[in-house]
Amino acid sequence: MRAVTWGLHGLNLAAVLGLLFISQQLLRAHESLWAMAVLGAAGLLVLLQFSRRLQAWRYVMPGLLAVIMFIVLPMGFTLGIGFTNYSSAHLLSFERATGILLQRTESEGLGMDLALLRDRANPAQPRYRVQLMGDDGQAWHSDLFDLPKAADTITPDPKAGVPLLAGELPAEGLATTQRLDGRALVELLPQLQVLVMRTPEGRQWRLSSLHRISDQSPRYVAVDDDHLTDLRDGRLVTADHAAGVWRNASGRALEPGFRTGVGLANYVRIFGDRQFLEPFGRVFAWTVSFATLNTLLTFALGLFFAVALSWPALKGRSAYRIALFLPYAVPAFISIPVFRGLFNENLGEINLVLDLLFGVRPGWFSDATLARAMVLTVNTWLGYPYMMILAMGLLKAIPEDLYEASALAGAGPLTNLFRITLPLIARPMAPLLVASFAANFNNLTLIALLTEGAPDYLDTVVPVGATDLLASYTYRIAFNDGGQNYALACAISSIVFVIVALLAYVNLRFFASAKSARR
Amino acid sequence: MAMVMTSSQRWRVLALHAFLIAFVVISLLPLVMIVSISLRPGNFAGGSLIPKEISFEHWRLALGLSVVDAQGNVTPPPFPVLQWIFNSLKVAIISAAVCLALSVTSAYAFARLRFAGREGTLTAMLLLQMFPSVLALVAIYAIFDRLGDWVPWLGLNSHWSLALAYTGAVAQHIWLVKGYFESIPPDLEEAAAVDGASRWQSFVMVLLPLAKPVLAVVFVLAFLGAMIEYPVASVLLHDEQQLTLAVGSRLFLFNQRYLWGDFAATALLAGLPLTLMFLLMQRWLVAGLTAGGVKE
Repeated sequence: MRAVTWGLHGLNLAAVLGLLFISQQLLRAHESLWAMAVLGAAGLLVLLQFSRRLQAWRYVMPGLLAVIMFIVLPMGFTLGIGFTNYSSAHLLSFERATGILLQRTESEGLGMDLALLRDRANPAQPRYRVQLMGDDGQAWHSDLFDLPKAADTITPDPKAGVPLLAGELPAEGLATTQRLDGRALVELLPQLQVLVMRTPEGRQWRLSSLHRISDQSPRYVAVDDDHLTDLRDGRLVTADHAAGVWRNASGRALEPGFRTGVGLANYVRIFGDRQFLEPFGRVFAWTVSFATLNTLLTFALGLFFAVALSWPALKGRSAYRIALFLPYAVPAFISIPVFRGLFNENLGEINLVLDLLFGVRPGWFSDATLARAMVLTVNTWLGYPYMMILAMGLLKAIPEDLYEASALAGAGPLTNLFRITLPLIARPMAPLLVASFAANFNNLTLIALLTEGAPDYLDTVVPVGATDLLASYTYRIAFNDGGQNYALACAISSIVFVIVALLAYVNLRFFASAKSARR
Repeated sequence: MAMVMTSSQRWRVLALHAFLIAFVVISLLPLVMIVSISLRPGNFAGGSLIPKEISFEHWRLALGLSVVDAQGNVTPPPFPVLQWIFNSLKVAIISAAVCLALSVTSAYAFARLRFAGREGTLTAMLLLQMFPSVLALVAIYAIFDRLGDWVPWLGLNSHWSLALAYTGAVAQHIWLVKGYFESIPPDLEEAAAVDGASRWQSFVMVLLPLAKPVLAVVFVLAFLGAMIEYPVASVLLHDEQQLTLAVGSRLFLFNQRYLWGDFAATALLAGLPLTLMFLLMQRWLVAGLTAGGVKE
């Protein structure tokens, strides 16, 4: 046991050392804020180790850290990104975007044809030589060299690069090597792209296309943090931090843009621009009605089965119970695509049967109303067993004599349901219904696997469909379609956060009142 | 409860039976259909529910074996299904183990120790577990993208980062375990403390063995949760070889490439063990789900 205790101390020490290492790495990467945070965490671990008063937190801390890391931090990030312009056009940090501009090169003269030759000796670790032929008859070649690694970056060092020798390749160089064809060149492309060759007079040549090579000099040079000089015309290029782009002297934005804070711009876009507000409103309305309808449908169906299966006169109740529970037991990532296949307009079994019986082939994925009906049907199928099991548990708690008394008074099953059953299970059920509403509000899995939002509206600028929920709408904006707009997606997520937070608050109130009612 | 059956009641029982049977048939039809489709030759819909000709070609493809037809054409398996199953298992086991370790220690402190900030932290956790990770997908993506710059094996396209991302679910497990710990009388641990056991010793040697059932439940819950999760996995993983089953099985049913039969076999191969696990665990699952959210 003592060994275990010492082992734990050792583990803690290792964790502290690890955090210190990460902190140092972060500091080297100029992420001083993060480095401080990690350092703080390390300090906390040390404090926990030696403080008797904080002993309880030793047990709580690991779990709490996981919650903070993977729930709180992403929430904070989401809120934060909502105020930036993070998107595929503004993907990089300011430093990286600047670095890319500074690496940009320009060629002056004409290019030369490139032939890459592989040494026949030692095919496991081949060495290469090049032969360059200019259009004007000038020729260069090189000695054997190793290709640089693809991850290498081009250094601005003017003395770097494979030295080139004037004249055509001597005959014995040709004999011991084999000229590579286009396909082999494509395979080596990542490495060739970082290959630099240096002529006898010290100019650097780089690959400009698969078979061409040209001399390339830097296009921009840094003046200060926010200004570069365009070496071609000597004019100033300025960083526009408000828009997140570098602009040349005539005001044109240069690629690539960089991440920058844009304040409330995303929210102004969502709420101020009709082109965004209108689809957002549609999606919001559908999301609320989907979650409401689905919660009510699953609850009604679940309660019905629970009441029916608690009727002693019915035989074979446990068999029904298992059969009705089965849809819940099948993982959603299996059952949703199964329905996607069954509902398929041309190949699906459902339309096959409908065609045989009635001669119709409804467009389940192309008609908005039908698609929504299908989504609701599938999700009700997935969800009613859960409600059934919950209701069964709650029904057991209702005293039997209430029903006996009502039977004596001559009440029918409907009176029983509305006068006894519903009022008694409403209170404990309410928080679960709110939770179910909240979960369906964000049911990305269902939409992503079943319809992907189809059918799409044709009259909107953002890609959005009739069955898109807010969650799948943000998912599409962020990950699926052309201009991946992470910031806009995060802004929408933040709005949904507020809604879910309200729901969570309501749920907590129900939870608290249900708990105090039980006491 | 002995009851006299009136004739109207007999009719009601019969009607209910009829309705229940009809509903069960409709409700289970998709599942029966998928079995039939997996045994039909060819990747098209149509054909009768009971296949006229049984073919195991889809099952062979799902198991990673090539199929040779009568003309000698070889069909290679369309996707590395076994690799996907392995990936899913790997991620699920790692995240379940981490979840278990974290939730058990935290729950112990919340159940047994009294300290400043206990109530507040518990309420905060209850609130936080209601926020779905779906909303923070972009942030999760950005965090792991950034993390990968410093620690490559924790970046995008890594099973470790996916497993770690799933440990955020630990909040709801802490509540579950805490409830169970509170149902165990603290007398035994107190007796151990009197005999000179440290707090850690009484936790590991007295309380944990008593709590084995709930440990199993938490492990299975976390395991199943990771096996069936789709959104986070779809964002973090890219390469076909790295995908989990939940993400990969989607590739079968692209409109341009509709491998209906192959999907059916894969779904059964992968879904059956999980379904059996669900059915065996249902009693505890429901208890856990009542305390936590609902199935997504």
